[in-house]
Amino acid sequence: MKPRARDVGLVLYLAVLLLPIYWMLNMSLRENSDIMSELAFFPHRPTFHNYLQILTDPSWYMGYVNSFAYVSMNTIISLVVALPAAYAFSRYRFLGDKHLFFWLLTNRMAPAAVFLLPVFQLYTALGLIDTRLAVALAHTLFNVPLAVWILEGFMSGVPKEIDETALIDGYSLPKFFLTVFIPLIRAGVGVTAFFCFMFSWVELLFARTLTVTAAKPIAAVMTRTVSASGLDWGLLSAAGMLTIVPGALVIYFVRNYIAKGFALGRV
Amino acid sequence: MNKTHDNRAWLLVLPVVLLVAFNAVIPLMTVVNYSVQDVFDATHRTFVGADWYRDTLHNQRLHHALERQFVFSGLVLLIELPLGVAIALMMPKRGGWATSLTLVLIALPLLIPWNVIGTIWIVFLRPDIGLLGHFIDHTLGIHFDYPTVPIQAWVSVMLMEVWHWTSLVALLAYAGLRAIPDAYYQAAHIDGASPWAVFRYIQLPKMRGVLTIAILLRFMDSFLIYTEPFVLTGGGPGDSTTFLSIYLVKLAIGEFDVGRAGAFSIIYLLIVLAFSYVFYQVLQRVGTGEAK
Repeated sequence: MKPRARDVGLVLYLAVLLLPIYWMLNMSLRENSDIMSELAFFPHRPTFHNYLQILTDPSWYMGYVNSFAYVSMNTIISLVVALPAAYAFSRYRFLGDKHLFFWLLTNRMAPAAVFLLPVFQLYTALGLIDTRLAVALAHTLFNVPLAVWILEGFMSGVPKEIDETALIDGYSLPKFFLTVFIPLIRAGVGVTAFFCFMFSWVELLFARTLTVTAAKPIAAVMTRTVSASGLDWGLLSAAGMLTIVPGALVIYFVRNYIAKGFALGRV
Repeated sequence: MNKTHDNRAWLLVLPVVLLVAFNAVIPLMTVVNYSVQDVFDATHRTFVGADWYRDTLHNQRLHHALERQFVFSGLVLLIELPLGVAIALMMPKRGGWATSLTLVLIALPLLIPWNVIGTIWIVFLRPDIGLLGHFIDHTLGIHFDYPTVPIQAWVSVMLMEVWHWTSLVALLAYAGLRAIPDAYYQAAHIDGASPWAVFRYIQLPKMRGVLTIAILLRFMDSFLIYTEPFVLTGGGPGDSTTFLSIYLVKLAIGEFDVGRAGAFSIIYLLIVLAFSYVFYQVLQRVGTGEAK
């Protein structure tokens, strides 16, 4: 491929990718009556009314706070439990290790729809319904296996001699792990945190089922835009646009880790 | 890597096992429990053995949902893998603002909540207010009404899916490409290797790990897809875009038919596991044969 053709192809793809998002941005800057009356590629009478309505109404913006809270909790929980486990898988052979690894992965493959009703009943029994913790814990079902999987790949790329040298130098395993090993695989931690954040942020089935009002995620709050007079497309689009912002920020922070590349030793 | 044999490593794995068991094993037992009973209410239930399973295996609507699901997941892999790899090859190699911008833009669809994805496409595809819908309906003159025409509903769902997820394949493939040392390319250049040879013998083998993850993730996730098509088409028109998860939620929550839904869940789970296991094994074998 010549460099020219390559760049043109990439720009075209990006344009196609952004068009639907641009269209929603366009909608979000217009009043509903304006949207329904004419199709325009640019908003002729742009207004921030829709955004103002969301950002000044607690029943709207608390949805963002809730989503952000459970996603952050989930990312932290997933990393904390996955780091030692991934280390075990990458450095030790132990009874049933291979089966355990695949069993973990199977939970990443399990349809959320299968667990919906029983998970709801379990969390109800524990009195966790309508809390952010409930959603954060439920999302570990698919994020912890993924985190172990990705981290194990990164850790296997670090030569074992580093561990051995450090242990001979008198480091205890926990101290070595926290002060030497984790900094060595910080790219992996960044990439893993990104994936945990991403899958928890976009998931709705569990998040909606496990919350009623107090911990409701923004994506579920969005259904409020349906009123007696039909859908408020402008408001719906503005709420949608605001859900894109945190993700865009997160990817901006981890872009260097991805740009640096990772090969993932073992699958 | 030479691994030390030490069963104390179980202690490191224990938190993960407990957490995942809490979320998966207890609910799974509940599902199994439902699948062998006929539940009328909290106190009236009878043991029915394998009846629901037999019933599920002969359920025509389920067969059709399963066929749809395979066609869908097959198309997803066929379209998204080559497209994603092609995009990764087109992305800039050196760091800098162009790379950062490209990465952020490409990753954007992945970070949008799934129901918002559906919403974006509703807004984009409606013939009255949507850009694409309007374009097809008015400019091309093809009557476009995806909520009532099955083939248009299918194309719409596929379009949304490719738009949504090709980025994941592209990002993973790109990360794999970036991990190839420059020396490989220099050696290939000295040998006068064609771009195809570079791709076939350097880039593709080096992307094995990340592409395995991409194939597994795309297969699993497309097989479990629920929210996006549910928001866009509601599984309709008729049953034409009712994939397995949509049908399952209809049964379990909509009709509260927990016995049938339980048996369906177990069978669904086994199908996904069987396929993923085969993929996992095959890809690991292909990989070890080529890379080492």
